[in-house]
Amino acid sequence: MANVAVCVLGSLGYDRAAQGAAGAGRALAESVGGELHALVIGPAEDDAVAALATVADRVVVGANEALRDYQPEQALQAAQQLHAAGGGDYGAVLLGNDTYSQEIAPRLAHRLGGSSMADAAAIRMDGDHLLAQRTAYGGKAISIYRLKKQPAVVWLRARGFEPAPEQPSAGEVASVDLALDEPRIRITGREVAEQEGVRLEDAQIIVSGGRGLGGPEPFQELKKLADSIGAEQGASRAACDAGWVPPNWQVGQTGKKVAPELYIAVAISGASQHLLGMGDSKVVAAINTDADAPIFKHCSFGIVEDYKAVVPLLTEKLQAIAR
Amino acid sequence: MKLLVCLKQILDPDVPARDFQIDPAAKAARRGGANLVTNIFCENAVETALQFREAAGGDVKVTALCYGESSAEDCLRKAMAMTVDEACLVERDGNTNPDAAAVGRVLAAAIRRLEQDGGAFDAVLVGRESGDWGVGQTGGVLAEELGRPALGFVESLQPGNGGATLRRQTDVGIEVAEAEPPFLVTITNNEDNVPRIPKTRDVMMSYRKPLQKLSLGDLELDSEEIRAGSSIFEVEEIFIPTDEVECELAEGDTLEERVDQLAKRIHEVVASIG
Ligand SMILES: Cc1cc2nc3c(=O)[nH]c(=O)nc-3n(C[C@H](O)[C@H](O)[C@H](O)COP(=O)(O)OP(=O)(O)OC[C@H]3O[C@@H](n4cnc5c(N)ncnc54)[C@H](O)[C@@H]3O)c2cc1C
Ligand SMILES: Nc1ncnc2c1ncn2[C@@H]1O[C@H](COP(=O)(O)O)[C@@H](O)[C@H]1O
Repeated sequence: MANVAVCVLGSLGYDRAAQGAAGAGRALAESVGGELHALVIGPAEDDAVAALATVADRVVVGANEALRDYQPEQALQAAQQLHAAGGGDYGAVLLGNDTYSQEIAPRLAHRLGGSSMADAAAIRMDGDHLLAQRTAYGGKAISIYRLKKQPAVVWLRARGFEPAPEQPSAGEVASVDLALDEPRIRITGREVAEQEGVRLEDAQIIVSGGRGLGGPEPFQELKKLADSIGAEQGASRAACDAGWVPPNWQVGQTGKKVAPELYIAVAISGASQHLLGMGDSKVVAAINTDADAPIFKHCSFGIVEDYKAVVPLLTEKLQAIAR
Repeated sequence: MKLLVCLKQILDPDVPARDFQIDPAAKAARRGGANLVTNIFCENAVETALQFREAAGGDVKVTALCYGESSAEDCLRKAMAMTVDEACLVERDGNTNPDAAAVGRVLAAAIRRLEQDGGAFDAVLVGRESGDWGVGQTGGVLAEELGRPALGFVESLQPGNGGATLRRQTDVGIEVAEAEPPFLVTITNNEDNVPRIPKTRDVMMSYRKPLQKLSLGDLELDSEEIRAGSSIFEVEEIFIPTDEVECELAEGDTLEERVDQLAKRIHEVVASIG
């Protein structure tokens, strides 16, 4: 294996996910004595390109204006051509954990004759193979996969990796024109969900609600609790599936992977798939009527009580302390 | 129009952690007393396909396809009880946990075979990931094997413009897309595609619906590589993490005292964040 590439969506810029992927890429490249390249799908803001040049030895940017508007087929074509433009002999191509990276990774691997893997929490080389550690069975187990073909195209649980260190001298930046076809699936509309406050992934404190709340209204109660301590709101899949809160509130295996300083789980049982999304929280607290709920095996403190009795009183007390 | 849904049979993901064990030789979970079930996202996909058929009102046929052992017939019967029209089981041979390359090639060959007999599938639906290993790579590999455009994390499929209008979830909201057949989507859950419970009558009817069985030999895929099932990745190691912690439960004679304790603990942490 020679070099390592990190593949970044220009429209998303050099965000925390890309920083983590670049950090993982630099460590991997160093372990095999190779370079770190950044492949940027589509034009990016100048400062994002400049930031990438400070951490990568080489940056290749797809210049086509069409790539500003993400379309999966064109992004894939772009990634494949950027891969060739960058030199093509990558042992690994790493991506972040955004929706777009997740959907193109397996397809890019297939086009490049490589191996793909999702949601790696740790990676290392073993000879020509990349070993990727991730969760399995809904978080009940940890698995290590051997990726047998190069390049290993892997999207990472990028927040788990330190951002890449700046290099002594800036990497060379090349801008290339790519050949793109008209896509047969075209994204025609985007509705960004209204979101107050910071993204769940960046939140310091999260108050999440589950099926035990019994309906959408109690989330208003939880909002008051959240506001009293400057928290964002999340939910279990059961609460999202019931339509009580939007899907992007979901924390867990197939929702957001969060890592706040404090996570308060209200009326959430603590299924392994939920724990998988919030297991990196520093401190976890739970409010649940069932003392045997699994969540109590994964929290530092809690109360066995009906949320209806606890939440209003707790909110009042926290408001009082804050004043 | 014709829709095809790929179903995977998995070990029930609701098995509680305390009953969960690893078989170190097999590098997989021990089945124990657990049931085998259809992967939830595959059932969401079946539901999404059936809702498309209902919305189209006319001539839409839904087929279910699985690469699995004979027990996976149950998954296909259940799909037909949900009113899927017909099903096909490709009997698994070799590796019991084949990688996405093997599964993708088998499913693609089966799809081509079914298309020879009954015409092209306008849309192929797969789950976003499986509830056992959850690698979520099969949809992407299959799209490439079939040479179809694809969209991930789709929550609904509506007839429109000679093709379909898709809604999909992203980390920041919703995207709407127009798709020209043939295409592939991976399906995620939302409040509207919760799988329907089959009616008793439809359960009985499901036994009269056609379930075709194919072997790797029938697909001319009887190769060592497919049976070995690990050309792109394999499990090197698997273990159960030990991460249980001691929980300090709020104590006191009255609710007031207990909540007070909880408030103090929460405040301590909040104050330490600054
Ligand atoms: C492939 C797959 C992926 C999944 N991905 C996710 C995911 O990303 N995120 C996720 O959350 N789940 C996920 N799940 C679902 C997961 O297995 C659980 O079903 C889900 O987390 C349960 O949600 P819950 O804890 O809100 O509901 P329940 O398990 O029903 O728990 C409700 C809890 O509320 C308590 N309660 C009831 N009434 C009260 C009251 N008045 N006051 C206080 N407590 C009360 C109960 O004691 C119980 O513990 C996934 C499952 C699969 C198979
Ligand atoms: N053996 C299989 N037979 C049919 N479909 C499968 C099989 N394995 C995976 N799939 C499909 O691919 C999706 C994602 O699975 P995975 O890539 O294993 O996480 C599943 O939800 C199924 O729709």
